[in-house]
Amino acid sequence: MSDPLAGRMGNYPSRAAPYGQNSTSNLADILERVLDKGIVIAGDIQINLLDIELLTIKLRLLVASVDKAKEMGIDWWEHDPALSSRARGGERSLAEENRRLRAEVEALRRGEALPEDGRRQVASRAEEEPAEPESAEERTAGEKRPRQSRPARRSTGKTRDE
Amino acid sequence: MSDRVSYVYAVVREADGLEEAVAGLSGAAGAPVRLRPLTGGDGLSLAVSSVPSEDFREEALKRHLEDLRWLEAVARAHHGVIEELSALTTVLPLRLATVYLDDERATNALDAQSEVLAQRLSHLAAHVEWGVKIYVEPSAAPASQPAEPAGSEDVSPGRAYLRTRRAQRTVRDTAHRSARTAAERIEETGRRYAADRARHRVQQGELATAPGENVLNDAYLVPRDRAEEFRDEVSRAADGLDGVRVELTGPWAPYSFATPPGTADPAGADDPVGTDDRVGVADPDSTGTGDPLGSTARSNTPAGTERGTEP
Repeated sequence: MSDPLAGRMGNYPSRAAPYGQNSTSNLADILERVLDKGIVIAGDIQINLLDIELLTIKLRLLVASVDKAKEMGIDWWEHDPALSSRARGGERSLAEENRRLRAEVEALRRGEALPEDGRRQVASRAEEEPAEPESAEERTAGEKRPRQSRPARRSTGKTRDE
Repeated sequence: MSDRVSYVYAVVREADGLEEAVAGLSGAAGAPVRLRPLTGGDGLSLAVSSVPSEDFREEALKRHLEDLRWLEAVARAHHGVIEELSALTTVLPLRLATVYLDDERATNALDAQSEVLAQRLSHLAAHVEWGVKIYVEPSAAPASQPAEPAGSEDVSPGRAYLRTRRAQRTVRDTAHRSARTAAERIEETGRRYAADRARHRVQQGELATAPGENVLNDAYLVPRDRAEEFRDEVSRAADGLDGVRVELTGPWAPYSFATPPGTADPAGADDPVGTDDRVGVADPDSTGTGDPLGSTARSNTPAGTERGTEP
């Protein structure tokens, strides 16, 4: 499944071919095709994949930094008032990560909430050393994609406006 | 209201063994896939799954699409189905998350377009898509310089800085010139083998995991019986060139050519970047040869490519 037509079409070389190992299952390549290409036919569920929300994802995934993109002349979102306020990739993923971390801390609190004593214990631990949810987050995220840079964990102030 | 909605992956031309192949597939949300014939004749069918409406109705879908994990799962499932189908027949991939309330509404909607769809399928029959990317290798990027050798103390810091900058620029320029040469070779190969070409935006960002700077990201539509020759030739495009790497992906189902060129794409028509322009190559009906490299050098290519060619 990860190897498209090759192998089933007989005359194509195996995946051991020198030009790439399994490169076709690269997520960026797949997203670029399934999100941007393919014929568009209006469905009953009206989701425009060039919707504002999704554009932010595309920016995050495919355009590394706003500055770099501008340098390349890709600055179309700036002309879109709905987008410009939220099209800052780095901040956004940091904010998202923070939100996820908080949710996990919350879940841990709730999950382990024993009456009284236990709760206090869990709560204080979560405050003092957020190492546990953090590493859990890192494990899951690590499977998905390489992290570009390690965001400052403690600067939760940035998410306030979310 | 039903708790299931119909997710359509693609329009396919019926073929032997297709029913059986589809029967074993697992699609979006792990749902089984089935074929629904279009009524318009022409032997066209839809590949459809019934997916939970709680996940695929408007609001839920909007929310989910923001979640990379969810998006990835659906994208891979969508792609997996299309890939399996492509092994047996011509496939016209629909855009991710084309969803109808039920199969009947789906077939009605697509029946209304069946003429266009059949035409497009005929055009794409027996063709595959190759993805071709050019990378400028990371070593060619202006990264850290080796420590200045001893004996350079007499050079002022300002001069040393300038010297370093110049060295960096030279390396970069060479790499970008190489990239341009590779791009020319690929274009030339494309003119001989390919029926069409599409440009994608260059890949950057956290999902672009390949080393180096992606300076070209094209897709070529190539007749299946020449696909291997095309691949072999393109894979040699960077031979003898410093600092560049050519990466091929595929063969893909013809995603990038599903929408006929020049057709107003309701979603992508006003892409102000213009990175997705389609340039016909090797079109036997076309007499104008044009300057294929002119298109490479237009402003929609990454600035790096142009920069590399300027004096």
